[in-house]
Amino acid sequence: MSTDTTAAPRESHARAWEGFGWGFAAKLVLMAAVNAVGLYVAWSAWDVEQWGVLVVSLALVAVADVVYFSRRRLAGKYIFPGLVFLLVFQVFTMAYTVYVATTNYGTGHNSTQDQAVDALLIQNERPVEGGATYPLTILISDDGPGFAVVGESGEVLAGTAEEPLAPVPGAAVDGERVTAVPGYDVVDLPTLLADTDLQQDVLELRVPVSEDADDGSFRTREGSRATVYASSLAWDEDVQTMTDTTTGTVYRADQDTGNFRADDGSTLPVGWRVGVGLDNFTKAFTDTNYSGPFWKITAWTFSFAFLTVASSFLLGLAIALLFNDTRIRGRAVMRTLFILPYAFPAFLSALLWRGMLNSNPDYGIINSLFFFGQRIEWLTDPTLAKLAILGVNLWLTFPYFFLVCTGALQSLPTDIEEAARIDGAGRWRQFRAITLPLLLISTTPLLIASFAFNFNNFVIIYMLTGGGPRFTDTSAPLGHTDILITMIYQISGVQGGSADYGLASALSIIVFIVVGAVSAVAFRRTRKHEEVL
Amino acid sequence: MSGSDATRTSARRRRWWAEVGWKYPLAALVIFYAAFPLAYVLSASLAPSGTLTGSTSLFREISGQNFTALGDTRFWQWAANSMVIGVSVVVGAVLMGAAAAYAFSRFRFTGRRLSLTSLLIVQMFPQMLAFIAIFLLLITLGSVVPALGLNSKIALVCVYLGGALGSNTFLMYGFFNTIPRELDEAAKIDGATHAQTYWTIILRLVTPILAVVALLTFVATFGDFILARVILTSEQNWTLAVGMYAWVSDQLNANWGLFAAGAVIASLPILALFLFLQKYIVGGLTAGSVKG
Repeated sequence: MSTDTTAAPRESHARAWEGFGWGFAAKLVLMAAVNAVGLYVAWSAWDVEQWGVLVVSLALVAVADVVYFSRRRLAGKYIFPGLVFLLVFQVFTMAYTVYVATTNYGTGHNSTQDQAVDALLIQNERPVEGGATYPLTILISDDGPGFAVVGESGEVLAGTAEEPLAPVPGAAVDGERVTAVPGYDVVDLPTLLADTDLQQDVLELRVPVSEDADDGSFRTREGSRATVYASSLAWDEDVQTMTDTTTGTVYRADQDTGNFRADDGSTLPVGWRVGVGLDNFTKAFTDTNYSGPFWKITAWTFSFAFLTVASSFLLGLAIALLFNDTRIRGRAVMRTLFILPYAFPAFLSALLWRGMLNSNPDYGIINSLFFFGQRIEWLTDPTLAKLAILGVNLWLTFPYFFLVCTGALQSLPTDIEEAARIDGAGRWRQFRAITLPLLLISTTPLLIASFAFNFNNFVIIYMLTGGGPRFTDTSAPLGHTDILITMIYQISGVQGGSADYGLASALSIIVFIVVGAVSAVAFRRTRKHEEVL
Repeated sequence: MSGSDATRTSARRRRWWAEVGWKYPLAALVIFYAAFPLAYVLSASLAPSGTLTGSTSLFREISGQNFTALGDTRFWQWAANSMVIGVSVVVGAVLMGAAAAYAFSRFRFTGRRLSLTSLLIVQMFPQMLAFIAIFLLLITLGSVVPALGLNSKIALVCVYLGGALGSNTFLMYGFFNTIPRELDEAAKIDGATHAQTYWTIILRLVTPILAVVALLTFVATFGDFILARVILTSEQNWTLAVGMYAWVSDQLNANWGLFAAGAVIASLPILALFLFLQKYIVGGLTAGSVKG
C-alpha cells in the first residue's frame, strides 16, 4: 500500500552498495554545500545576535540532513527544497504580515524602546557649554573613519562610530596631538581637504565617549579640533522618563502608543514598536485621512475587477463564437494576430498606453488619430481615467478569454447541438440553452481566477495612472483609480516617505481575506467537476 | 437558363456574404484593434525623434538611432538582470515543482492529503500581498547575510521561488497523474531507483507541462514590478520592469523613443515564446490560469 513502508523483497539499494555512484557523489557534494551554507548563515546570525535566523537555519540544515541521509522519507526528499522556500518566503511572510498588522511598526516606531532611547539621546546632542576642546587626529580603519585624542591623563584615546573611545597602548604622540595609532591609518589635513566624501563622513562622525549613549560623544566641526557633545535629554530608566534639561519638560514612556509623551500631549519624534491590537483595522475605517478614500477605493476595486472580467469575457467569447467557423480561411493566422496583446508583456503594454493616451494631441496618438486632435484628459480626469483603465485592460485581457473560449468551444460535444437543431431550436436558442451553459462549466473557474487576479492587478493601475488623479479631500497619497493593492503600496512607505507598515499590513489582510474567499468559491466549483485530491 | 444560373450564383454569393464573408472585414477590424498599438510602438522605435509623436503616418522615417542610444543607458544591464533572474526562477521553480508533484502523485505518505490541502489554501493568497513582511524579513536577513538582504538579486530569486510550489504544483500534479503508474513499476522491477525513475522516465514524459510552467513562470517573473521594485534598490540591479517604468514615469523627462526601442527588444523573446508554444499554452491555461 505505502511505497514508503513496504520492505523491498530483495536487499535494499543502499545495502547493495558497490562503490561511489555518480548520483551518490553528486548528493554528497550538494549536501556538503547545503550544510556549509546553513552553518555559515547560523554563524553570521550568532555574530549579529539574530537568534530567530540562527535557530531556523540550524533547524533547516538538521531536517535536510535527516531527510536526505535516511533511506526512508522518499517523499520528503522530493518535497523538501520547495517546501523550505514556501515556508520561509510565503507562509512565514503571511504570518508576519498578521503580526505587523497588530503593531504600530512604521516611521518613528521602528525598533525597541532601548533603541528609541539611544536614538533620541543622540539626536538631541549639543556641544557642552564651556566644555573643553581637544586637538583631533582623524583616523581611517576598515570600519570607516575614527577619531584619536589625548586624554586628560595623557593617554591616547581612539574610537570610531561603532567603537567608543578607548585607551590605545603603543600610540605615538607629538605634543598634544596624536601622530600614529596601531591598527589605524592617520589622515593628515591635506588629504582630508582633498577628499570631499571623507570630509562629509568626518563631519557626520560621532564617536561615543562610552557604550552608554547618556555619556555623550566627540564630534568635530572642522576636522582639527574635537568637542564633547552631550544630549539635552536625560533618560531615567527607573521611572521611565525623558527630561529635556533645557526646558525641564518631562516626557513619560507611554507603552500603549510607544511614545514619550509630555503632560501637554506633545511627544518626542522617535517612538518604539508596541502591539496595538486591532487599532490598525479600525483606523482604516475611521481615520479621516483614510476612511473616505478606503471606501471609494474598495468600491472601485470590486467594480474594476468585475467589469474587466465581464467585458473581456464577452468580447473574447463573441470573437471566439464568430471565428470558430470552419468555413473561414486563415483562422490560424487570425488567431495568432488576435492574441498579440496577450503575448506582449503587460507592464510594457500599460506603459505604452500611458504614452498613447497622453492628453496633448501632439504627443498622444489616441487623441490625435481617433478624436480629431481634441485635448481629452484620459489619465487626469477621474471618470475618464477609470474608463481608460478598463479599456486598456480589455485590450490586454480579451485575447486570453478568446483563447479559452475557443478551446472550450472546440471540445464541446457536437451531438447535443445536432439534437437541438433537429428538435427545431433556433440559433439563438441553441446558444442560450446549450452552448453557453456548457461553456460556462469549463470557464467559470477561470473567470473567478481572473477576478482574483485583477483584484490585485497592481501593474496596470500603477503603470497607467499611478492611482491618479489624486483625491482632493485627503492628505494621503491616494487617487481615484487606486485599487486596494496600490493603496497598500502607497501608504506602506517602502518607497520612502512616511511609512506605516502596521496599517498597510492590516489592509493586506483584508485583501487576503477577500481573495481567499473568492478562491475558495472557485475551488469548490472546480471540485464539483473534477476530483482534485 | 443562364439567367437562373446567375441568380443562383448571386444568391449563393449573398448567402456566403451573410454567413461567412462579413467576418473577414470584422477580422481585419479586430486585428487592427489588437495590433495597432504594437505597430505603433515599432514605428516609434524606428522614428528619429525622442517622443511618441501623434503623427498619423506610421513608419514615415526609419532610423536605428533609438536602438543605438540604448547602449548609452543601463538598458542592457537591466535586460541581463531580468534574464538572469527569470532563468534562475524558471529552473528552480520547474525542478522544485516537478519534484513535489512527483512525490504527491506517486508516493502515499502520512500527511499527504493534509499537505495537498494546505498547499491549496496557501496558493490562494498571492505572495505579492505580503510585500511589506518580505521587505522587513529581508532587512533582517540582510543584516545576517548581505547576499540575502535588500538589493540582492539572489534574495529576489529566493522570494520568487517561495511562490513556486504553490502556483505550479497543482498544474503539474494533474499532469503527472495522467502518466500510467505501470511505467514506474516496470522500471522498479528492472532495478531502477526512485531517483532514476524520476529523472530518466517521468521527467521525459511530462515535458509539455514543464514547458508550460516554465513559460508562465518566466512571463510572471519578467513582468513582476512590485517585489522587484521593493527589493532591488540600486539602479544597476533593476529589472526591465522597474527600469523602464522609471524612464517614462516622469512626465517631463519621459524618453519615449528609448522606451519604444527598449519595449520592442524586451517583448521579442516573450512574443516568440508565446507564438511558438501556442498550443501548449491553451492546454495549460485551461488547466489552471495564471495570467489574465
